[in-house]
Amino acid sequence: MSGKKNKDIFLAPFSKDNPVIVQILGICSALAVTAKLEPAFVMALSVIAVTTLANFVISLLRNTIPPRIRIIVQLVVVAALVILVDQVLKAFVYDVSKQLSVFVGLIITNCIIMGRLEAFAMGNKPFPSVLDGLGSGIGYGLILIIVGFFRELLGSGTLWGFQIIPQSWYAANGGFYENNGLMILPPMALIVFGIIIWVHRSRNKELQEK
Amino acid sequence: MKGLRNFVSKMKPTFSPGGKLSWLHSTFDAFETFLFVPNTTTAKGSHIRDAIDLKRTMSVVIMALMPALLFGMFNIGYQNSLALGLERTLLENWWYGFVEMLPLIIVSYGVGLGIEFIFAQIRHHEVNEGFLVSGMLIPLIMPIDVPLWMVAVATAFAVIIGKEVFGGTGMNIFNPALLARAFIFFAYPKAISGNTIWVSGLGAAEQTGTVVDGFSGATPLSIAPELMGEGVNTIDWSSMPVWDWFVGLIPGSIGETSVIAILLGAIILIFTRVASFKIMFATFAGGYLMGLLFNLIGANIYMEMPAYYHLLLGGFAFGAVFMATDPVTGSQTSKGKWIYGFIIGALAVAIRVLNPGYPEGMMLAILFMNAMVPLIDHYVVAGNIKARMKRSKVK
Repeated sequence: MSGKKNKDIFLAPFSKDNPVIVQILGICSALAVTAKLEPAFVMALSVIAVTTLANFVISLLRNTIPPRIRIIVQLVVVAALVILVDQVLKAFVYDVSKQLSVFVGLIITNCIIMGRLEAFAMGNKPFPSVLDGLGSGIGYGLILIIVGFFRELLGSGTLWGFQIIPQSWYAANGGFYENNGLMILPPMALIVFGIIIWVHRSRNKELQEK
Repeated sequence: MKGLRNFVSKMKPTFSPGGKLSWLHSTFDAFETFLFVPNTTTAKGSHIRDAIDLKRTMSVVIMALMPALLFGMFNIGYQNSLALGLERTLLENWWYGFVEMLPLIIVSYGVGLGIEFIFAQIRHHEVNEGFLVSGMLIPLIMPIDVPLWMVAVATAFAVIIGKEVFGGTGMNIFNPALLARAFIFFAYPKAISGNTIWVSGLGAAEQTGTVVDGFSGATPLSIAPELMGEGVNTIDWSSMPVWDWFVGLIPGSIGETSVIAILLGAIILIFTRVASFKIMFATFAGGYLMGLLFNLIGANIYMEMPAYYHLLLGGFAFGAVFMATDPVTGSQTSKGKWIYGFIIGALAVAIRVLNPGYPEGMMLAILFMNAMVPLIDHYVVAGNIKARMKRSKVK
């Protein structure tokens, strides 16, 4: 974390250059896994691990990869890492792994990872590449967790599986409240993303397109 | 009147730029133009001048909605007295409905206008009249027993995500009132489907056991799906109380039951040319033809239902007259209006018949076609350009 430049590389994806809400990458998996907070968190960790390690490996190999087959080499590296992550998830958090189903495997095609490999790791030294991968992964994870938080709280009344909205509020128990079923459906994830982008751009005027 | 004018004039400097409350300028402006006709006119450029402006247009639609609203209030009371076996006069029924309905209207206007005012302050533009009609439409397309907080959430969603995100009145892609209904339909399906919610107080009465024997509270739209669910294969459609359906003495969303009241509104809208006759006619035609097509197929009892029943039941007439004709979200081109209306009608009937889980096909059909309007208009305009190019023989 030495030097201002490295710090910028690490911190830019958090807000000003966020892969999800500024570059609009990785939306597909983000819509699919954010109905609950726990899978969103696990997915975020998986992507952080893959981006960081893939950036590191590709950065080490960057001078030996022939440019014409670089995409294939990148894919092989990413695919190997994703399979490792998938096996770890299956071993330690089997339930969540079931919920995430194909979306762990689909990390291979996540645009954020390919984008970072192409745009950064192929032309930079290993240490900045690791920082860049870590930053991008965390930037993606942050948004996932924010969306997962609102979708689970409003859609299921729980957080991380724990009941937050008191049971006595529900209409079935004589209260008035009902969970918002739309929050569970993917369209609402897109709308929540839209709202986050809206808030983010109103706070960062330089991001607004003319 | 003069005293009021003087009072408003005296207040004006406070809200003008440089005044103490200048940040509330658009709120003040909204109230001033609500009370008095604005004395400002366009200064330069050529403009077509017309007696009608956005505010008058909206007022005409509100007027056209009055028959449906007044009848809806009466029908709330009428259905309630039927369900509980009460003897009430016409006026008592109406009064009951009025009292039940008022909170819905207040919540819808309160939330919607509140958000509109806030956005107008933040964005420094005038408060638009666009919500006047939406705010009246929202309660009219709700079942009477829908919880008020759901109406508030749905209205907020419709105004913010449906309208303000796109830039406010006149910029929206989807009809805000229908968006509010669709929001409740998908977010809180229990509150807006089933048999108990269409009649005021029926849910509570069923628990205490005070419902008259044989009263089901189901809307006529659920007759065929329910029978099909029980495995019934024959039904005598000609024995149905069609006249009741036409007059509107049936359970349903508040404003949608009475075709007569809706047609009265349609006459006002067509006569004042506020809404497009083409869209209304094309929608009814599309629904009717689709109904005939299903009659030809006749695979189950729902398909055998006489085609014109579809036009009387559910939100079809209300949607065709008040929703599909929305000048912002509807088609703008003449040919496009025919296409747009026709597909709405056909889709609405198709959704009803083919997917009984979504009895309110009209809502989904209109929202879907709202999304298709730019495409329709684009190709109609492109077609016109092509035809003219051919005619003028430009090399």
